[in-house]
Formats: sequence, structure tokens, C-alpha cells
Amino acid sequence: MRIRGAYQRPYFIFKSTARTVRCDRETMSLEAVGAVGQRIIELDVMKNTPPEDPAANARRSQLKDRLFFYVVRGLAVLTLLTLFGIIVSLVVASWPSLQKFGLSFLWTSDWNAPAEKFGALIPIYGTLVSSLIALVIAVPVSFGIALFLTELSPAWLRRPLGTAIELLAAIPSIVYGMWGLLVFAPLFAKYVQPALAATFGRLPLVGELFAGPPLGIGLLTAGVILAIMIIPFIAAVMRDVFEVTPPLLKESAYGIGATTWEVVWKIVLPYTKVGVVGGIMLGLGRALGETMAVTFVIGNTNLLNSVSLFSPGNSITSALANEFSEADPGLHSAALMELALILFLITFLVLAFSKLLLAKLKINEGSPVG
Amino acid sequence: MTIVQRRKWINRLALLMSLVAMSFGIFCLAWILFDVLRLGIDGISLSLFTKMTPAPGDDGGLLNAIVGSFILCGLATLIGTPIGVLAGIYLAEYGQRGWLGGVTRFINDILLSAPSIVLGLFVYAVLVAKTGGFSGYAGVVALTLIVVPVVVRTTENMLLLVPNGMREAAFALGAPKYHVILSVTMRTARAGVLTGILLAVARIAGETAPLLFTALSNQFWSLDLGQPMANLPVTIFKFAMSPFSDWQKLAWAGVLLITLGVLLINIIARVAFKEERR
Repeated sequence: MRIRGAYQRPYFIFKSTARTVRCDRETMSLEAVGAVGQRIIELDVMKNTPPEDPAANARRSQLKDRLFFYVVRGLAVLTLLTLFGIIVSLVVASWPSLQKFGLSFLWTSDWNAPAEKFGALIPIYGTLVSSLIALVIAVPVSFGIALFLTELSPAWLRRPLGTAIELLAAIPSIVYGMWGLLVFAPLFAKYVQPALAATFGRLPLVGELFAGPPLGIGLLTAGVILAIMIIPFIAAVMRDVFEVTPPLLKESAYGIGATTWEVVWKIVLPYTKVGVVGGIMLGLGRALGETMAVTFVIGNTNLLNSVSLFSPGNSITSALANEFSEADPGLHSAALMELALILFLITFLVLAFSKLLLAKLKINEGSPVG
Repeated sequence: MTIVQRRKWINRLALLMSLVAMSFGIFCLAWILFDVLRLGIDGISLSLFTKMTPAPGDDGGLLNAIVGSFILCGLATLIGTPIGVLAGIYLAEYGQRGWLGGVTRFINDILLSAPSIVLGLFVYAVLVAKTGGFSGYAGVVALTLIVVPVVVRTTENMLLLVPNGMREAAFALGAPKYHVILSVTMRTARAGVLTGILLAVARIAGETAPLLFTALSNQFWSLDLGQPMANLPVTIFKFAMSPFSDWQKLAWAGVLLITLGVLLINIIARVAFKEERR
């Protein structure tokens, strides 16, 4: 940055001195530093036009200051307006469907484009069930990972292991989708699903959930893939909140003879409860809105005849990804837009809840990828 | 078994489960990366980078998709970065008190995790449906909507790390606020903000859902942003879902390219930032 007229605006001396101090750290003696500083100021004086009216100068600074303020505030407001823009445009685009089906859209399960009958039950069911499966798997695993990273891992391994888990979040969802469909699903159908059917499938009430042919694709597979995708998010938040537990609390517990597990389960977890739930909600928000991975493996059918988790289904996001580009501009599009609106509102609520809980613990989500 | 023994056993069991969970995470990462490498390496050849996307059965590459992805991501980053950085400056330097800062921060964090397919539909509703066609521009706008919240969040976080003493020193010397921000605080936070931008690029490089209804895809070479534009993620989606084995092979090669690119950016961002912090 060019230094202009140190004499007119005192703060530029600050910059000149900063420069000399930096020189000092390298090699120069104090006198040399002084000389250099003097020289810089002289050079700046020589380079510049004669001094202006200080009052005009102050006015100009003030003007720039105002201008800068308005620009940054305008852009912040723009971010804010995006959200309202999204909601308004979705409501407008889904208006025909909102008007025609009303609230019954939420619990009817017909999805028949030629007959212009639309009900969102099956996609909503698919979205909720696959996300719940993901949570059931991801929460304990993330807890284990956070426990390992905060209490067990040797210090030198903490960073590489943490980064490795975060990289799971960096892998694009289309990669998960293609891998899930072409690699994971066949193995899942061959080994895991028969095993589940042979064990849980025989239990009285739960058995229904694990009945039917092992197709590989379906709600359960989608849930498992989603679980792998949201583990890094939940684990990162859990690790961060575990680290805010005051060491004094933990040391006191260790001091009276508690084991590591007891410290985590009875001291750390209760202390960070709110943040942990916030992290889980963040993961849920991610799972609900995940598109490509789910579209590949959920099976994409709007029929749902059994409660079995093996059966293929549909989620809001996969319905959108598959049907929207071929939908007629009329009611079909509007119904899909309404699905998007429902999805947006659900994720909004979940994420808002998560944010409020995390704010209670004064923890930021950390880096945007996990 | 005494109670002490039991507690010890429970402890061992819990720690073992924790180790298992950690191994599961690492195992998943290794498994996915291994498979992507195993299945993608076959498709990597010179023609991948020199030929257009083929019709089924033909010989071809991914050149138009790769170039299209670069253009879309590049433009989205170019547009989204200044918006995000300036909005982040507002949150960190002006919006610490008062309702506007609080509300914007809250909304921004929601947009950060909002389903990207909904952003795509939003752009479809306001741009594609109104102007009457899928276009590269619409794709850029959709990706920009993803870049902005990421950059806002990291910029604010990084600016808040700058010690207040530096701001006070600059103010005490009579600097106007914009100057303090641009040449003192932003300069200190530069490395962190750059990391945020890199992470945003990594995030949009693999985004498929918002492009489905905006940039669509294009089988042919086109640099016209007013037309549908080829891009890697949507091409992969189309090819992976197809029954043709040569298309699937190309899709795996594309997946390998995207995964390597994204992981590389992530690692660079992390390493660079770590050095800067020392």
C-alpha cells in the first residue's frame, strides 16, 4: 500500500513505524530503523502534492466511511432478503397446488401426474424415515468419534484423525450417490440385508421393518449412506462442545476416582447437553435436504405398500431431482414446488432450533464443511 | 465381580466402542476413496481431457463438462466472494450489536445448511421460468447462492479473531473506520478468509442439485452462458444413471476427478491456514 503524506493524516505514521519495527526484527539496529523510518516519511512527503485543507480531508474520509458502511450493510441485507425471496418465490410458484389441495396435500399419497392428483405423503415419509435411520446410526458413531478425539487419542494423532473425519464431509454428495448405488447397495443386499432379516426380522414387532426382498436400494440404504454423510457434521460439533467443558470439572471427577467413561457420560455430556442436541439437529437438517446421494439409492418409486425399510421409496429431494425437469408447467410443477416449500420449511425449523441451542453454548458451527 | 471391577470393565467396553466408531469413520473414508480410485482410474486417459461427451457407444471424453464446471464455479466464486466478504465485514465490524446483525447472522447460518436443491428451484422460479430457458447464467446464480453464506461465515469468524487492540491502535491514530477495516483488520484476517473462499470452491465444485434445473447440461461444446452449459456433476448424474457401460466408465472417471479436486482444495486450504496461524 502506498503511503501518502504522513503529515496530513497522523495515522499514516503508525504504518510507517509498523514497517520500521518489522525491519528491526530482522537485522537492523535501532538507529538504522530510525533512519529508515525517517527516510520513508521523507520519501512520502516528497512524493505527495502539497497539503490540502484538513477539514476537506476529514469530510472526504467521513463520506467514504458512510459509503463503505452502506455498501456492506446493503450486502448483509441482501443475504437476508435471499431467504425471503426463496420463501416468497416458492409460495408463488406452488400457489396452484396450495389452492387446489390445501392441507390434505400433506397426508394424501396419490402421486399421479396424468390424473393431476398429487399428495406428498410418500416423499415426506421417505425423507423423514431415511433421515431418522441416519440419525440412529450417526449419533452413537459421532459420539464415539468425538469421545475418541477429545479423551482417548494421543495428541499427535488428533489433528490428522479430525481432518480425516472432516474430509468425509468434503466428498461431494454425487460421489456418495454413485458409490452407494454401484458399490454399496449390491454388497448391502448380499450380506447385510439377509443378516438383518434373519435376526431382527424374526422379532415380533420390529420384524415387519426388516421384511421383504433384499433389493439393495431402498429407505434403509439411503439412511445408511446419509448416516456416513452426516457423521462428520455431528462429530465436529460434539468435539467442539466437549472441548468447552471446564477442565476443572473433569479434573475434579478424575480426582475422586471416576473412569474416563464416567467423566464423559456423567460430567461432560450433561454439561454440554444443549450443544450436543444442537449438533444432532444440524446433522438432521443436512440429512433432510440431501439430494443426490438419496436420489441414487432410495429407489424412486411413489408406491409404498409395506412398512419395511427394505422397500424402495421416494424422498422430497429425490422426487424433485427426478421429476422436476420433465414436469408440465401446470399443476405438476406447482405440486413439486410445494414439496420444495415443505422441505425448506422443515429444514428451516430444524436448523433454527439447532442454531438456538448452539448459541446457548456460544459455539460456532466451526468451518463450513464440518 | 466387585463394583470397581465392573466400572473398569464398563470403561474398557466404552472406550473400545469409541475406538470402533473412530475406525468406522476412517474405514468409510478409505473405502470410498479406494473404490473411487479403483473404478475411476480406468477411464482416465488423454481423450478424457480432449474429447467431448459422447453419444452412447461412441468414444469420447469429458472436456466440455470439465471446462463448463470451471467456468460455472469460477464465475460463481468471483461474484460470490466480494458479496460474502463485505457482508461478513458488516457482521463482524458493524453488526455486533443491534437487531440487523443478529438476524442476518442467524439467517446466513440457515442458508449455509439449506438444501441446495431448493436454491436451485428458487433460481429456476425467478430466472429460468421468467427468461424462458436453462442457461449458464442461472447456474452461476445458483452456485453463487451457495458461495455467499460460506464466505460470510468464515469472514466474520476470521475478523472476530483479530485482536481489538489492533483496531483501537488504528483508531487512536485517527484512521477512518473503512480504512481500519480494509488495511488493518482485513489484512490480518486475510489467510483465514482465503481459506473460506477455497472451502466454498470445494463445496460448489461437486454440487449437482442446484445445477439440475438451472445450467442443466449440454452434450456439446458451448461457452455461451446464455445456453445450457455442460458441467461435471450433472454429466456424472446422467451417465451414472444410464445403462451404458462406457457412459458409466466416464462417470467414474468424472467422479475421480471431482473427488481428487475437492480433497486437494480442502487439504491445501487447511495446510495453508495452519502455517499462517503459527
